[in-house]
Amino acid sequence: MIQVAYLIPIFPLVGFLILSLLNKRLSKGVAGIIACGALLASFCIALGIFMNMDGKAVEVPLMDWIKAAGFTANFSFLIDPLSSIFLLIITGVGFLIHVYSVGYMHDDENHNIFFSYLNLFVFFMLMLVMGSSYILMFVGWEGVGLCSYLLIGFWFKNKSYNDAAKKAFIMNRIGDLGFLIGMILIFKTFGSTDYKTVFSAVNGFNSSSGVITAITLLLFIGAMGKSAQIPLYTWLPDAMAGPTPVSALIHAATMVTAGIYMVARSGLLYALSPVSMTVVAITGLITALFAATIALTQNDIKKVLAYSTVSQLGYMFLGLGVGAFSASVFHVMTHAFFKALLFLGAGSVIHGLSGEQDIRKMGGLKKSMPVTYMTFLLATLAIAGVPPFSGFFSKDEILGAAYAASPVYWVIGVITAMMTAFYMFRLLFLVFFGEFRGDHSIHAHESPKVMTVPLMVLAFLSTVGGFLGIPKSLGGNNAIEKFLEPVFQKAQSQPSLAGGSEAPEIVLMVITVLLAAVSIWYAYKKYVQEKEVPAAEGTKLPALQNTLYHKYYVDEIYSAVITKPLDKVSGFLESIIESKFIDNIVNKIGTAVEWVGGWLRQLQTGNVDFYIFAMVVGIVLMLFFKMM
Amino acid sequence: MQEIVKGIPLNWFIILSGILFSIGVMGVLFRRNAIIIFMSIELMLNAVNLLLVAFSAKWGDASGQVFVFFTMAVAAAEIAVGLAILVVMYRNTKSTDIDVLNKLKG
Repeated sequence: MIQVAYLIPIFPLVGFLILSLLNKRLSKGVAGIIACGALLASFCIALGIFMNMDGKAVEVPLMDWIKAAGFTANFSFLIDPLSSIFLLIITGVGFLIHVYSVGYMHDDENHNIFFSYLNLFVFFMLMLVMGSSYILMFVGWEGVGLCSYLLIGFWFKNKSYNDAAKKAFIMNRIGDLGFLIGMILIFKTFGSTDYKTVFSAVNGFNSSSGVITAITLLLFIGAMGKSAQIPLYTWLPDAMAGPTPVSALIHAATMVTAGIYMVARSGLLYALSPVSMTVVAITGLITALFAATIALTQNDIKKVLAYSTVSQLGYMFLGLGVGAFSASVFHVMTHAFFKALLFLGAGSVIHGLSGEQDIRKMGGLKKSMPVTYMTFLLATLAIAGVPPFSGFFSKDEILGAAYAASPVYWVIGVITAMMTAFYMFRLLFLVFFGEFRGDHSIHAHESPKVMTVPLMVLAFLSTVGGFLGIPKSLGGNNAIEKFLEPVFQKAQSQPSLAGGSEAPEIVLMVITVLLAAVSIWYAYKKYVQEKEVPAAEGTKLPALQNTLYHKYYVDEIYSAVITKPLDKVSGFLESIIESKFIDNIVNKIGTAVEWVGGWLRQLQTGNVDFYIFAMVVGIVLMLFFKMM
Repeated sequence: MQEIVKGIPLNWFIILSGILFSIGVMGVLFRRNAIIIFMSIELMLNAVNLLLVAFSAKWGDASGQVFVFFTMAVAAAEIAVGLAILVVMYRNTKSTDIDVLNKLKG
């Protein structure tokens, strides 16, 4: 079974080629079937591999790729428990989102191109998680960045969407540079970028050796860009400019977890460097809290979800940073379910309201969109960490591990969890409860079956997905941790991670759940009983709220500190160096050439006689000098 | 035949073909008529052919004669193309005077 793993990325690639080459010649229906079919085929193989996974890492060689002086890179895939879980998430959630897109993008004029981009994205994402070396991961890494750019700017006629796409691309490039340098350093240190070689050679390094710390920090810069961590997170909320299925697939469920995958894959390296682990944990923690506070005041349905994604990604990095690798991967999985569902639900609402995204103009959609409401409710319960929904188990496992590392981590994590519960229920209540506050000429309607069925499947997964990882303290056997154990065993046995106090798990869980319940109750009181609606645009807000509403002015700060000075420098270079100095040299060279040419052209008399004469004289001179 | 050729001293051949070649060069240099220039070029080629054949006979080496055949083939091709150009030139300018062709003056 594992030997056919190479087919998994082939299907979406073929789908992409067919769709992009035949573009307008295919009807929308056929294009949708090809795109979804490619994903379904990949999903079936991924499922087969997952079922047959026995914990061993198998390398599936495909071909020699690069062979140049002292450097070899093979094109081969690595199938182990970690990548098989990611394959399942990508192809499974990806398939559902493809199906949903058939309904959502039905009236778009570039329907077929949209699906070709989606297939291309899935192909690169699969390369990213299947590659057996850092260099192959980098190929996928860059590829998904490209697809993200193409899809954010999919409605390219709108300039601000294009700007958002460029912002995402540039922010990612900053991170990618870190990854690239880290990769070069890996090659320099280990002589190869193959996981196998690197992870077996790593035993020779002491704990907290400088070079390992440098490598892991550089790789983490890459992860910061891709997974939207402070300080490179600002692109993700803007990325919501893309069509909603894109936000669900790329900016919630799969691509943004590439950073998590990379850190988890390099777990052994990270485990050797306590400094990097601390950096990862603290960055994740701050991002989680920071993004959650911003989400409290946002009024765009997709922006709230975007900041909640940033916040949840922060959780995952917190988990990685305290050594709970499998808990983080577990959270990636549950998050993929409920966040994809939230985005698709939001898309369904936007679709039903003919493009309205402002939650102040929604309300009372419970009756007109019952399926969307029910599924959205389940996802909200899952993200808020209400037992027994999936988010509860994965989040609690991370929080438990954070408590074992340091109670401070736990306290901040729980505060974030409270905020998460609050802003998610604020969103739910404002959208689905109360009276409809929008334009009454819009007739809210439920979305077609092709969109609601994926919602239902994801709702089912968000509800039961957590049972894969019931912790021991609740009488479960934590299947997912067992499943991933072969991958993380070595990393987790490093001295820097072993030990740490045992957390009183049950107590922590009860506290978290109670606090989440309090926030939900508070949101209910505020937005359902008192029918409060966020202030309209332009009203004066209290200072703190205002700061949050403007996202701490981070975009403005970046603009003032980085963009504006860069513009100034560019302006200076343009007006002084470029026009006065370089232009001058170029112009002078041009004048000189013209002058010499004007002089030389006198030789071209146009007279054949003269040419022949010159030729004969030339030959005679040559012979003469030859004989000398 | 070979006996006759061998009877003639090699120097005579060299001088004869030298003279022929020089006449050709002079013709190319000083005549204006494109047809005559062509004929002069042929003269130069044949001067060389003569020299090649003479040396070939002198040293008893056939490769000199093989060369001559090549030269003749190339000369025939050259004439075919050259005369075609001349015809076109005449049609356009109503003359075969090469001084008319000075459009490429820089």
